[in-house]
Amino acid sequence: MSEGTIAALKENVIQGRKTKDDEGIEAGMAGKPGVLELTHLALEQKIPLETIITQALTAGMEVVGEKFSKKEYFIPDMLASAEAVGEAMEILKPYLEASDVETKGKFVIATVKGDIHDIGKNIVAILLRGAGYEVNDLGTDVPVEKIVEVVRDDKPGFLGLSALLTTTMVVMGEVVQALKENNLRGEVKVLVGGAAVSDEYAEEIGADAYCVDGFEAIKKLDAFQEGKA
Amino acid sequence: MPREGVLIHTPYERMTNEQVLQIHQASIQILNNPGLISFNREAAEILQSNGAEVTSVTPSDNPCWLVKIPEKLVLRALDSAPKTVKLGARNKDNSLIMKGEEPRVFFVSGSETNIWLDVDFQAYAKKSDPSVEVMVPEFHPRRGTVSDLCQAAHLCEHLETLDAFIRPVNIQDKDITEDNKDVNKYFASLNNTTKHVMAGLTSLKQLDNLVNMARLIAGGEEELKENPIISFITCLVKSPLQFVEDTTDTMIEICRRGLPVVVSSAPQAGSTAPIKEDGIIAQINAEVLAGITLGQLVNEGTPMLYGSVPVRARMDTLNDSYGAPETSQYNVDCVQMARFYKLPCYSTAGVCDTGTPGMQAAIERLFSDILVTLSGPQYLHCAYGLLDGNSTFCPLQAVLDDAHFQMIRFFLRPPRTSQSDIDETLRQIREVAATPQKLYISHIRPMLRSGQLSAPYPFEGDGDADNVLALAYERMNQLLSEPVEHIDPETTTRVFQEIPGLLPRLNIYEERKKQ
Repeated sequence: MSEGTIAALKENVIQGRKTKDDEGIEAGMAGKPGVLELTHLALEQKIPLETIITQALTAGMEVVGEKFSKKEYFIPDMLASAEAVGEAMEILKPYLEASDVETKGKFVIATVKGDIHDIGKNIVAILLRGAGYEVNDLGTDVPVEKIVEVVRDDKPGFLGLSALLTTTMVVMGEVVQALKENNLRGEVKVLVGGAAVSDEYAEEIGADAYCVDGFEAIKKLDAFQEGKA
Repeated sequence: MPREGVLIHTPYERMTNEQVLQIHQASIQILNNPGLISFNREAAEILQSNGAEVTSVTPSDNPCWLVKIPEKLVLRALDSAPKTVKLGARNKDNSLIMKGEEPRVFFVSGSETNIWLDVDFQAYAKKSDPSVEVMVPEFHPRRGTVSDLCQAAHLCEHLETLDAFIRPVNIQDKDITEDNKDVNKYFASLNNTTKHVMAGLTSLKQLDNLVNMARLIAGGEEELKENPIISFITCLVKSPLQFVEDTTDTMIEICRRGLPVVVSSAPQAGSTAPIKEDGIIAQINAEVLAGITLGQLVNEGTPMLYGSVPVRARMDTLNDSYGAPETSQYNVDCVQMARFYKLPCYSTAGVCDTGTPGMQAAIERLFSDILVTLSGPQYLHCAYGLLDGNSTFCPLQAVLDDAHFQMIRFFLRPPRTSQSDIDETLRQIREVAATPQKLYISHIRPMLRSGQLSAPYPFEGDGDADNVLALAYERMNQLLSEPVEHIDPETTTRVFQEIPGLLPRLNIYEERKKQ
């Protein structure tokens, strides 16, 4: 029975169906349980957390990623699946905290002070949640001091900074400098992104990586994880 | 069900109603003064016996007559010419129903170029770093053959937006003569596409052979009448204002057989027509009206298309300039005149001045494709693959044009607004506004695979690379590898038995036996 639940959960991740009301890609799925209902069912069936995460949620997202690479899926498909997985992870969160199963890590993300553009940041947050990261989204127009405070208190492994404008991207450099001044720079990997940002700019301000989009952010974070291992 | 075409809900028109009437009146005056010179005796006689003033022109190298056509003859012809014209097809689902008052556009190939442009791709290495290679298209022009025509029809069969086939290349094989060209060009076309086939006639002597061939393929005389799988283009008037001897004979005989015919005129503003917009439109309109009048006098009720191929002269060469904005203006005006008469319009777009596919070709042809389509002609020809004025056909360009027309067709879909749609949208806006992320992306998915969203440009390369031509070339080869529904073996045998002059190599069933 648990195998059926895991298979259904994986399939619904692939279909991007968060709840029973969602249609998914293939016809005739509306009304059947979606990712959230199946996650609850898996917990009721006492399926191990690691199995739920690796064999259903992560495995489903891997298929979604492959389909996206092959241009069978589009960004809305990817986001639907990632959003469903992100919310499933929220359901699992209290169980994870009580267990020895680790998430992929904490990721804090913010659009820096002076900038209110957040479409790219929001998409990155959804994708990273779907990839198994614990995401703390601080929102837009976030002051340098606030970001430093969260890094100090929450101890995330990763910090993502977003800015659309050339006038606000300089604040990213101020954040990196403030982290250094507070002896926190070595504690956190800093990733930067946004329309005005580039590899060269990331290097210039001392960030660890520039990510052109959410998919590259996942790749770079996963590479950092592998490096850590 | 016939093909749908694209209905233009609000056609683009340049002239006011008053200006249209002024052009009409000017054309009527032109038909009376100076009138037309007819190099065709029978046309002069037909017009004279119906009330036109005809006088012999002397001295002249060739016998000819000055014909002054009174307004009442024109109005009578406009009254009797069918306002709805059907062009049939081997596959009846590919038929076209054209109504003169309805701006429903069908996209068509055309039109009898001499040069076929092959393409291949060569690798070039960067001088400073030979490990870096780019693929560069090379174009090779050559004289068109009957085999090319088969290939063009095959390709056009699979171009999704193409509604009917006008042969885009003249067949110039050594064994093609004036006496066998017509049967071979029509058979090569009909055997490789199930869409409507239209062409000009090379030799009047071949007309009955062609009609017999069409009867055999359509399934009989009544079937051909009900489903006219072929039609004809006639340029009986040479600008300015001259009935040509041979093509006028051709049109008279086609009308006697009652098959659909285009009365086409192709004046060049600046040389064979006034350079000013109102001048060329008044003249071309007079020329087309003269042809329609003659055709209706020959056989009242003959289905006819108002054929307009006006073009501006280039000032550096006096060649046709299809890329000039004025050419599109003239065509749009002619569409409006045809609609004023409630006659289906055969119009022109998509030809360009440059000789090879590339940026200039894309810009020039897309410009006229969009504008002339918006004016709502029923039969938009020349729209696929033509380059270098009207002298070169490139199948790769035809594939690129199909992508243009997919975009144009998508753009012309009517707006989807209803109260229930608005209610649903308001619900969506309120729902998204209440979320922290404020993104509508999750609402895209129900539309994503429903055909309601346009696809990306199909020849977009990866990254910054411009691979448009290479990707279109792949697509062309893919389309050519897909089969077409040929004429069945039994009919093919009968056609080869009963129609003289067909090249044996066009009988695919006999050719297969040899392999």
